[in-house]
Amino acid sequence: MKNIDSNGHVRGASIYLDDIPLLVGTLHGAVFDSPCAHGKINRVDYSKAKNLSGVVGIFTYHDIPGENQIGGIIPDEQLFAEGEVHFCGMPIALIVAETETIARAARHLIEIEIEKLPVIVDPREARAKKSLIFPPRTFKIGDTTKAWEECEYIIEGEADNEGQEHLYIETQGAYAHETENGSIRISSSTQGPTAVQRTAAKVLGIPMHKLEVDVIRLGGGFGGKEDQATAWAVMAALGAHLLKKPVKIALHRLDDMRMTGKRHPYRSDFKIGLSKDLKILAYEATFHQNAGAVADLSPAVMERTLFHATNSYYVPHATVTAYSCKTNLPPNTAFRGFGGPQGMFVIESAIAKAANTIGVTAREIQERNLLKDGDEFPYGQIVAQAEAKNAWTKARQYYKLDQIEREIESFNIRNKHFKKGMAVMPICFGISFTNTMMNNARALAHVYQDGSIGVSTGAVEMGQGVNTKMVQVAASVFSVNPDRIKVETTNTTRVANTSPSAASSTADLNGKALQQACEMILARLKQTAAKILLSQALDISIINECVINKGEKTDLTWVRLVRMAFMDRVSLSENAHYATPIIHFDKSKEKGHPFAYHVYGAAIITVTVDCIRGTYQIDSVKIIHDFGKSMNPIVDLGQIEGGVVQGIGWMTMEELLYDADGQLLSNSLSTYKIPDIYSVPKEIIVEHLDTPGPDAAIQKSKATGEPPLMYGLGAYFAIQNAVKAFNPHYKLKFHAPFTPEKVLMGLYEEAMKKVEVH
Amino acid sequence: MEFILIDRSIKTDKPGGMTLLDFIRYEKHLMGTKIGCREGDCGACTVLIGSLSEDKMNYISMTSCITPLANTAGKHVVTIEGLNMPELSPVQEAFVEAGGTQCGFCTVGFIVSLSGYCLTAKKSSYEDAISAIDGNICRCTGYKSIERAAASLIDKLKEINSKNRIEWLIRERFIPQYFQNIPERLALASPPAPLPGGEWRLLNGRKKTIVGGGTDLYVQRPEELEGGEVNPFFNRSDLRVISVNNVCFSIGTSNTVTDLLQSVEFRNIFPELKKYVKLISSTPIRNMGTVGGNLVNASPIGDLTIFFLALNSSVTLRKATGQKRTILLRDFYKKYKTIDKTDDEFIETISFNTFDKDTFFNFEKVSKRTNLDIATVNSAIQLTLKGDVIKQIHISAGGVGPIPLYLKETSAYLTGKELTPDTVIAAIDVAFTEISPISDVRGSKEYKALLLRQLLFAHFIELFPEKFEMEKFA
Repeated sequence: MKNIDSNGHVRGASIYLDDIPLLVGTLHGAVFDSPCAHGKINRVDYSKAKNLSGVVGIFTYHDIPGENQIGGIIPDEQLFAEGEVHFCGMPIALIVAETETIARAARHLIEIEIEKLPVIVDPREARAKKSLIFPPRTFKIGDTTKAWEECEYIIEGEADNEGQEHLYIETQGAYAHETENGSIRISSSTQGPTAVQRTAAKVLGIPMHKLEVDVIRLGGGFGGKEDQATAWAVMAALGAHLLKKPVKIALHRLDDMRMTGKRHPYRSDFKIGLSKDLKILAYEATFHQNAGAVADLSPAVMERTLFHATNSYYVPHATVTAYSCKTNLPPNTAFRGFGGPQGMFVIESAIAKAANTIGVTAREIQERNLLKDGDEFPYGQIVAQAEAKNAWTKARQYYKLDQIEREIESFNIRNKHFKKGMAVMPICFGISFTNTMMNNARALAHVYQDGSIGVSTGAVEMGQGVNTKMVQVAASVFSVNPDRIKVETTNTTRVANTSPSAASSTADLNGKALQQACEMILARLKQTAAKILLSQALDISIINECVINKGEKTDLTWVRLVRMAFMDRVSLSENAHYATPIIHFDKSKEKGHPFAYHVYGAAIITVTVDCIRGTYQIDSVKIIHDFGKSMNPIVDLGQIEGGVVQGIGWMTMEELLYDADGQLLSNSLSTYKIPDIYSVPKEIIVEHLDTPGPDAAIQKSKATGEPPLMYGLGAYFAIQNAVKAFNPHYKLKFHAPFTPEKVLMGLYEEAMKKVEVH
Repeated sequence: MEFILIDRSIKTDKPGGMTLLDFIRYEKHLMGTKIGCREGDCGACTVLIGSLSEDKMNYISMTSCITPLANTAGKHVVTIEGLNMPELSPVQEAFVEAGGTQCGFCTVGFIVSLSGYCLTAKKSSYEDAISAIDGNICRCTGYKSIERAAASLIDKLKEINSKNRIEWLIRERFIPQYFQNIPERLALASPPAPLPGGEWRLLNGRKKTIVGGGTDLYVQRPEELEGGEVNPFFNRSDLRVISVNNVCFSIGTSNTVTDLLQSVEFRNIFPELKKYVKLISSTPIRNMGTVGGNLVNASPIGDLTIFFLALNSSVTLRKATGQKRTILLRDFYKKYKTIDKTDDEFIETISFNTFDKDTFFNFEKVSKRTNLDIATVNSAIQLTLKGDVIKQIHISAGGVGPIPLYLKETSAYLTGKELTPDTVIAAIDVAFTEISPISDVRGSKEYKALLLRQLLFAHFIELFPEKFEMEKFA
């Protein structure tokens, strides 16, 4: 089934935050933010800005009726800076004016004096200065101290990655207005409507039931609107509350890029030990997460790094420790993969370095250490339904990996100006929120008396196709034409206390809840049918909108049955709750069973490097992916392709740069480059691995949101292999992204020594 | 000013400096056109602009976020709403079928760009269809489904009749019926107001800013321009002339990059032009950006500037009084963003000598992202050989100094030398004395110096592959 939003999208008829028709009298907000990364605010003069014609109000922390606090996990984040600023782009005030242009013009008229304080941008420096968001955590299995003695090879090193800008094409925004009795309705471009509701209630000092948060859809999220959509929504609500007028905020791109956090940069140390036959015996890693100035979601992101520190490999002795380091960058946040990619990059780097040292290919080490059923993850969960080896083996056979290797070798012998490189990237990604309590969802289903159906869940549609999957769930339970089903907006008054649309779990959690709600209505409809047909509910089924009694088709149709149930005063509405069974995790022991299941796969990435210019092209990405039983192959394929390209972008051209003063240098689309149509792999092939799929996945269709991003990591290692093919003396380095600059410097390390620049 | 928006004649007194995007969304409440970046870098706001020339409509894609309203005077503006019909068009259908849309925010831009392709395609070509969407950024799909949509569209376009194109497209439901009457409506509409007294008409005592395509001005100074009137050189047909005789090639400065690419004469001189142009921004920006804008912008990495510097071009500047002077382009740049031009002058033409059969040209550019990006370093070379000896040579380099550089010493050094790897290696040392790169978001100064060396090597390897290869430079 095609994405139900496609028709609206191609006609420009889909409605996003900025397209919502404006109420008469709507005012517009612009955010005044800190120009420096750390300092004491000595003076702010708003008088000129306030006097600008058309400015209606300027609000600071003084104007907050409730708490000046928006921290989600840790209450350490002010909505508006009070005495100090902690990052460039930290909001200080909200300017509300008759037009957006006036609000932005007023921003230039605000005078501010800040006494600068020392700035930290490097997480290692933060750790050394004991500037941490919260105490470090360690996951441990076996005993590495003893295991080192048994290792034939021990390799140590560092692996760093930089951040990644989400670059949802729709920027952050919200629109709020008062309804009655001090209640407020907020339209928000958020992945977490409940977070907006809860936080706005806290800031405004009113109970949650007075706040209604509504989300139509997002023009992209990727994690960037999980927690970081909240501030703007709260500000719009604050403006509406104080002025009794509708207030809209839609960030300009440069404001969005400057003020919001990104994927976390990490600085990491690794030590890996292998036996003579290339079995990984021991692995230690220390991760320094650059959290930015406040916690945001960093504790949870850091946790997922630890969960994925060993990727698809069984490591009997592992000790991995992570530090969440407090720096003066905008609060880094969720981004597809959520810390997992950072953890995986380090062990893949360790393997690449070990292979290079030992004199084998990385592939030989990877292949020998893949997970199998019964193995234990460092966090105590026992591996079940492992597909790591199946995916790898199928990739090797289906794509003729040995032949690819030979072809590359021969190409590299024949070509002087171009070199090819290849890497295999296996993935194993845990599905569930690592915070067990979040793994629940609710759904509300109405069957209307004419047989049409409306469903509401806590899922937010942001392009991942979750609404389409919800339609499929309802249509399959009722066995009706999908056209009968409408997915309503995500609204906190219809579905309350929701978890954000995140962790790849949205379709599973909300789909299971919806399935239950529909099944309960269906059960009542069957009773009605049994009554009409003088039969028993057990003998009734509905197939393609027809009632079947004891295997025989009747002339009772879906529409008639619904009508008669309605006449018979049967409830045609249901609200259901789903909480993932089995999962648990004990943080005091750092052991448990946190994931409902894991998603596996393997990708072969091939690249060609232009050894004159240092540029490169990704030739192909050939994937064997474990979908379980994909309930929507078009939507799922789109997730794989899009995820891979996003991961490759992070590993290659997407270079997020801050200077030593904490100013973002890559602050626009002209300086921060995401993949365009020419830079994506020439070929992406996605082949299914035939697996049964776990019960915890909706219709046994495994989550596809985050896992494919990590295939992109292979691009880094493939490029590195190509550089080495040109320059055999090249010393491996692990610092993503592998920009054309790093490639050229790697190709010509010797020449670089001679280049003198005046 | 007047123009046609979709099928409605528009007469507006909104300031000519207002962006077309704001006019569409906030004055006309057509919300299908999206705001992504407001600097022409994402394509979410793409619209089609049709102009009438010799009874035929010529449609091009433009990013409305950096297009001044004034540039649409007397033209036909088409947004997604102007392409919608009761049923999906084949372009829309192709996207739906291929799953080419996820969050949908960028989708409209792709649909508009590809519909624009259908309105201009000479023949059905997959490569050209992809080129039409090279200015559209999508963060969700990874483009593979979009490529599939484009491929299936190409199939549907195979039968295109480019003689009666509009009729064919209407009949095949690519575009709505109203397109049929646009040429006659535009012909009847009053032409854009002439500019009495030339381009120097004052507005409230202030000179109106000259704007070409707006592709850099509206990125650098949008707030300054949006509320006022501008002087739209983009519409100056008198400056959109390309002329060539036996010795000299002359280009009016309102020509866009696309105009250059479409000029048969220009392509004849530069057989690899399509390859070079692919490295310069994107289709909509090439449709908008003018030669003159690129030159006066004085960006140290202006692609066209670097291109023309190596042609040893001259620019002719004209005063309001009509007085003219001609100087070498390389003397036009004084220091960072400072040019040899008074406030009442504008560049009328740029000219260079035509090539003889022993003249060779090459253009190189490397950026973080190969396409649709600003150069880290770019360079061009023109050389004329006499046997194995370099008779004449001009080399330019961008991104390695405060101005777009003409490598005078390097060029002088190579003149009269034999064409060998050793000569080139020695010339690199000379080049290094002429450059002063700085470290910035596009790269470190060390990288830029190394990259220039490589691009200089690349020129020779590209032009004389039998003589040069990297190994010989090592």
